[in-house]
Amino acid sequence: MRYIDQKLVLKRMNGRNAVNTIFKGIFMLATLVSLLVLAILLYRIVTQGASHLSLEFLTNFASRFPEKAGIKAALVGSLWLMAVVAPTSIILGVGSAIYLEEYAKKNRMTDFIRMNISNLAGVPSVVFGLLGLTIFVRALSLGNSVLAAGFTMSLLILPVIIVAAQESIRSIPGELRDASYGMGATKWQTIVKVILPAAIPGILTGSILALSRAIGETAPLIVIGIPVIIQFLPSGVMDTFTALPMQIYDWSSRPQQEFQVVAAAGIIVLMVVLLLMNTVAALIRNKFQKRY
Amino acid sequence: MRQSVQEMIAQSKGKKNKKIIEKIIPIILFLIASVSVLTTIGIVLTLIIETITFFTRVPITDFLFGTTWLPFSNKDAQFGIWPLIIGTLKVTLIAIIVAVPIGIGAAVYLSEYASENVRRIVKPVLEILAGIPTIVYGFFALTFVTPVLQSFFPEIKIFNAISPGIVVGIMIIPMIASLSEDAMSSVPKQIREGALAMGSTKFEVAMKVTMPAALSGIMASVVLAISRAIGETMIVSLAAGSTPRMDGDFTGSIQTMTSYIVQVSKGDAGYGTTIYYSIYAVGFTLFVFTMAMNILAGYVSKRFREEY
Repeated sequence: MRYIDQKLVLKRMNGRNAVNTIFKGIFMLATLVSLLVLAILLYRIVTQGASHLSLEFLTNFASRFPEKAGIKAALVGSLWLMAVVAPTSIILGVGSAIYLEEYAKKNRMTDFIRMNISNLAGVPSVVFGLLGLTIFVRALSLGNSVLAAGFTMSLLILPVIIVAAQESIRSIPGELRDASYGMGATKWQTIVKVILPAAIPGILTGSILALSRAIGETAPLIVIGIPVIIQFLPSGVMDTFTALPMQIYDWSSRPQQEFQVVAAAGIIVLMVVLLLMNTVAALIRNKFQKRY
Repeated sequence: MRQSVQEMIAQSKGKKNKKIIEKIIPIILFLIASVSVLTTIGIVLTLIIETITFFTRVPITDFLFGTTWLPFSNKDAQFGIWPLIIGTLKVTLIAIIVAVPIGIGAAVYLSEYASENVRRIVKPVLEILAGIPTIVYGFFALTFVTPVLQSFFPEIKIFNAISPGIVVGIMIIPMIASLSEDAMSSVPKQIREGALAMGSTKFEVAMKVTMPAALSGIMASVVLAISRAIGETMIVSLAAGSTPRMDGDFTGSIQTMTSYIVQVSKGDAGYGTTIYYSIYAVGFTLFVFTMAMNILAGYVSKRFREEY
């Protein structure tokens, strides 16, 4: 009988360990590359746009002259857009989630709705623009108003909110429900007074993240025909408006080099808005993270 | 004053409206839940109806088999979809070449090598990449990636397929990394530890145990990423140009399905013109492509799922 040949084993192990180390390096590199790209992207935009950032940039309207161009109409327009998108999408999303989690029976119809939601999440945003153009702008003749754009964006982010709300509702333990029923509460009372309050942090976090996606979306607005050069602020939901990404798109696609600086400054404003929203979402998540 | 429980029950039984609420609410909620179904129906119907109108003016065979896309020509407008499909596929191909190795590499690192702390920091940071608006990526492609590419390969034009392809790839990295990491992390520990106990290195575990077991999830993530790349709009609208072409050139201006829709919408094609209807036909084609990919992803993740 032969004993294990220490040397041979070591030799083979060395080779395999070397391969392991090399590939560990490669995999690590892949991760680092993506982080590096993120760093470059942020650094580029900040260094490019910072020089143009000023109070005037925030309070000026769009202009043909890059040094005078401001983002006021777009900033206020994006806020108007959110004023429509937030209530519409949250009511529709949370309502759908409550139905699917609490009321829906396990049947074909429910399966169909579920499958449909996941398919809807994969539809390109530009196609939602075509839907908005046909239904809201033309058929319901809302024109290129805040309302038409808001409804389009709401439908676009609806699947995200439904899924987030469903997960949040599902994570509430059954005992809470049972206790509520045990006290004699009806189903709707249980939902409103027990389940929703417990699920709200999760719902809010998911909704804010979905809304920040709606703030950054450009393609549907272009397809709907939202104008860019606007010298007034909307005074109601039926007014036309422009939004941050539209304004950035317009500046980026201009041939003059100076407008690239303006576009970068616009991107900084957009990113700050997104950062604020993400921070709020993270705060909500941390503050209300409860374990049952 | 104290009421007895019996009195309370009797009292609340008298409240008829409570019962009505209990009956109405489910109906209202069902109607709300059907909005998403109505949205899908709305999308499909608008695309089909307007596309049919388009086909009454342009023969469907010209659209499906034509190899020239010349919608703006006054005399001889031609609507052969293939140049737009080729343009879309060029961008998608480059995006996949960039994103699949990096995305899966990052997923393997995070699930097999990284410590819990590293993963807890890196994964959310990667997800920031996913949250960046595509307009920002488009600007990055046009003003940074293209000039950098041009300094290495002077023959690359300002508008080309490579730069937006790379940036679309960067955009879908977090999607592949995150979904693949989920799939690999859900492979049970025991299998991994069994292999390690047999003397495998971590690399061998990753290649021979985790990857094969998580293959369905990884493949599904790649297919979903392809679907996202096909539907990406703003990066290609800004950086790819607007020249529909059939050849294999990646260095010059191209046009994709999405950027054509944007080009027409921006120019405000008059309602009712053939060009106006053409964006629906292109949108329908795009919809069919992405739907097929999404269904394929669902099929792959179901069909090849390993159960433990």
